[in-house]
Amino acid sequence: MNTITVNGNTVEWNEGMTVRDVLTVMNYTFRMLVIKVNGSIVKKENWETFNVPEGADVSVIHLMSGG
Amino acid sequence: MSVKELKEKHKLLKEMSYEPKELYRGYSDRVLYINLDDNTVKEKTVSEEVKKKFIGGKGYGLKLLWDATKPETKWNDNENEIIICPGPIAGITQYAGAGKSLVVSISPMTDIVIDSNVGGYFGPFLKFSGFDALEIQGKAKNDVVIVIDGINNKISIEEAPAEAIDSHILAEQLTEMYAESSDPRDMKNVSVVSAGHAAENTMIGMLNFSWYDIKRKLCRLKQAGRGGIGTILRDKKIKAIVAKVAGITQDPNHVADMEPIRERGARFAKEMKELDASQCRMKQEGTAHLVDIMNDYNLLPTHNFKYGSHKDADNIHSRVWNSKFTQGMNDGCWIGCTMNCCKGVDNFELKTGPYKGQKVTVDGPEYETAAGVGSNMGIFDPDAIIELNFYCDTYGIDTISYGTMMAFAMECYENGLITKEHTGGIDLKFGNIDAAFELIHQMARGEGFGKIVGLGVRGMKKYFAENYGADMNFMNDIGMENKGLEYSQYVSKESLAQQGGYAMTNKGPQHDEAWLIFMDMVNNQIPSFEDKAEALHYFPMFRTWFGLNGLCKLPWNDVEPEGNAETDEPAKVPEHLDNYVTIFNAVTGSNIDKHELIRQSERVYNFQKTFNIRRGYGLREHDAQPYRAAGPVTAEEYKSMEDFYDKKMKEDIGVDPAGKSVEEKIAITRKYREDRYEQLLDTVYHRRGWTKNGVPKIEYMKEIGMDLPEVIEVLSKHQ
Ligand code: SF4
Repeated sequence: MNTITVNGNTVEWNEGMTVRDVLTVMNYTFRMLVIKVNGSIVKKENWETFNVPEGADVSVIHLMSGG
Repeated sequence: MSVKELKEKHKLLKEMSYEPKELYRGYSDRVLYINLDDNTVKEKTVSEEVKKKFIGGKGYGLKLLWDATKPETKWNDNENEIIICPGPIAGITQYAGAGKSLVVSISPMTDIVIDSNVGGYFGPFLKFSGFDALEIQGKAKNDVVIVIDGINNKISIEEAPAEAIDSHILAEQLTEMYAESSDPRDMKNVSVVSAGHAAENTMIGMLNFSWYDIKRKLCRLKQAGRGGIGTILRDKKIKAIVAKVAGITQDPNHVADMEPIRERGARFAKEMKELDASQCRMKQEGTAHLVDIMNDYNLLPTHNFKYGSHKDADNIHSRVWNSKFTQGMNDGCWIGCTMNCCKGVDNFELKTGPYKGQKVTVDGPEYETAAGVGSNMGIFDPDAIIELNFYCDTYGIDTISYGTMMAFAMECYENGLITKEHTGGIDLKFGNIDAAFELIHQMARGEGFGKIVGLGVRGMKKYFAENYGADMNFMNDIGMENKGLEYSQYVSKESLAQQGGYAMTNKGPQHDEAWLIFMDMVNNQIPSFEDKAEALHYFPMFRTWFGLNGLCKLPWNDVEPEGNAETDEPAKVPEHLDNYVTIFNAVTGSNIDKHELIRQSERVYNFQKTFNIRRGYGLREHDAQPYRAAGPVTAEEYKSMEDFYDKKMKEDIGVDPAGKSVEEKIAITRKYREDRYEQLLDTVYHRRGWTKNGVPKIEYMKEIGMDLPEVIEVLSKHQ
């Protein structure tokens, strides 16, 4: 199976998968996020268009709000 | 009865004039001490040594309470105190969130020290009247009002037999009574601390701190919610405490250097203006913006923390609260708070209880309330939540404890541990709105099953076991309390760090020490025990600091500067941290850095820990958590996420779930999770400089400069 890693979790990868698609798959609805793909930040304005490559290590850092 | 008639019924028990004293660099170095046993009113001086070690706020509260009580003092002994102390930064209006007070007492729920952080104008007014703290000991014979008149420099204790008890009326009556005139600009200069009828009849009484909302022309209320301090207020027969001032000037604190404060305040205000709408929407929704987020991440407690989400959660989505809250108002609980998160529902018509038919303004609901009196009780009707919020506030009880207690009672009922015979015929199922209202009104009247629920989760467990033969083991597993205090409203099952963030707290499971769920469970940023321990050292210490200074935590990280993501430690919000260091120095004339800031907290945090140990608590056994906080207790819980738990069992525990019964799988999961929690305790204690039994080591206390003789005397017995 083609996969990527998101915050340490193995997630199925599809051709053309964007950062936005990753957020949808993970149900990450929080607004204050920093996203890195293979260590590089992807700016918010590029989330809809940036293609996540197969096997990528994606980190979606939720900036601590709450509490 | 008119306010004039109410006032005519007052009997003056004591009046004392005092010398006015201007604040200097955030301090007056005076404490106002009142003893209601004999109506003593006097000033105490704060020494330089105390100021240096305890800073203010909670630090002063702990020190005063330690000196005033014995290890065996109970919450309802005359010598127990209520201490209200804002802290040196409190009262500035140039930076957001600087009007908080810390209230400290020995709690009826936990038998240890409780501290509660609250907004409203009282704390700053106390300071502007010339006092760093108010310390109240003793009990009055009849209901009294204590008045701190910062205009005429007089303190009075007045018997006040005729005013209302419930806060939404009492705050209005006393504001009108003590304001110099009925001009809203004068009304704004009065603040009232009060509780309510249910505070008299339950253990979860809280304090309302008022401020007069000039636009709405009515009193608003903020709550010192946790740990039953309102119950103590009423036990002391204090109906209210009033503070009044002539007005609010630009620099009443006489800070060392105003310019940096102004500059940081303006910078923060700009962030709020530009970023809030795309970040937390605090100005529109307050903390209620979190409801749907928590539901999406399986963290919203539903049905007594059994589950983390619910199909009906959309009914209490933040967009619903957005539409219910009056928009476009300056909803700050202290002047100059550009975060403005204290949202309100105006013209809300009550459908139940003694005030049925009245149209009121309801303060909130905040996230904790929406989850506590809503989802956790299986209630997803926003109007019911608003009304429960109103009644908790005016009756003077804590919405968090009320919600968690009711949810516990509901689960006991659904499992047959208690029946209609015990509830007085109430069908106490999850989601029964009528039952929730019936019981809250019973709490206010001190009647029926409501009075039993009002004992709190720990009290109910004992009562149900002793009187109804209920299964104590099961109740210990599902009863969401630690140290006697009810959990606040986040599901911690899948975040080991948050389990520690709750159960290792000094006062009991309130999330204001540490909220690590995203870092831990979602971001996977602190995977090792050592990482978690570092977070469980840093964040509780950092957050303690707000309570030393009279600050609100929310402006720290509920909006984040644009470049925050690219900083080394985004979770700490370095730019805001630097704001706090700068402001502390600019107010007090000190020269601390971000490391000394943590050290200031470490001293007070470990003093509080020692205080608990002095009282016979504060050890490892007291950090035990109910298993519901760590994993699935029941088969229905396990089955609700069976694939997830099975996968975890295989990957994390190394056991193949195939062919195992749900009961076996629950037992395997439980053993693993309980072991990990014990390992977490070991690692965190080590990081915090404590023994394996959770006792601060003497060498560590020396290192942080908190080796006071009375502290060493307590700790040396436990090394
Ligand atoms: S952020 Fe909200 S709670 Fe905090 S001081 Fe401002 S208005 Fe009050």
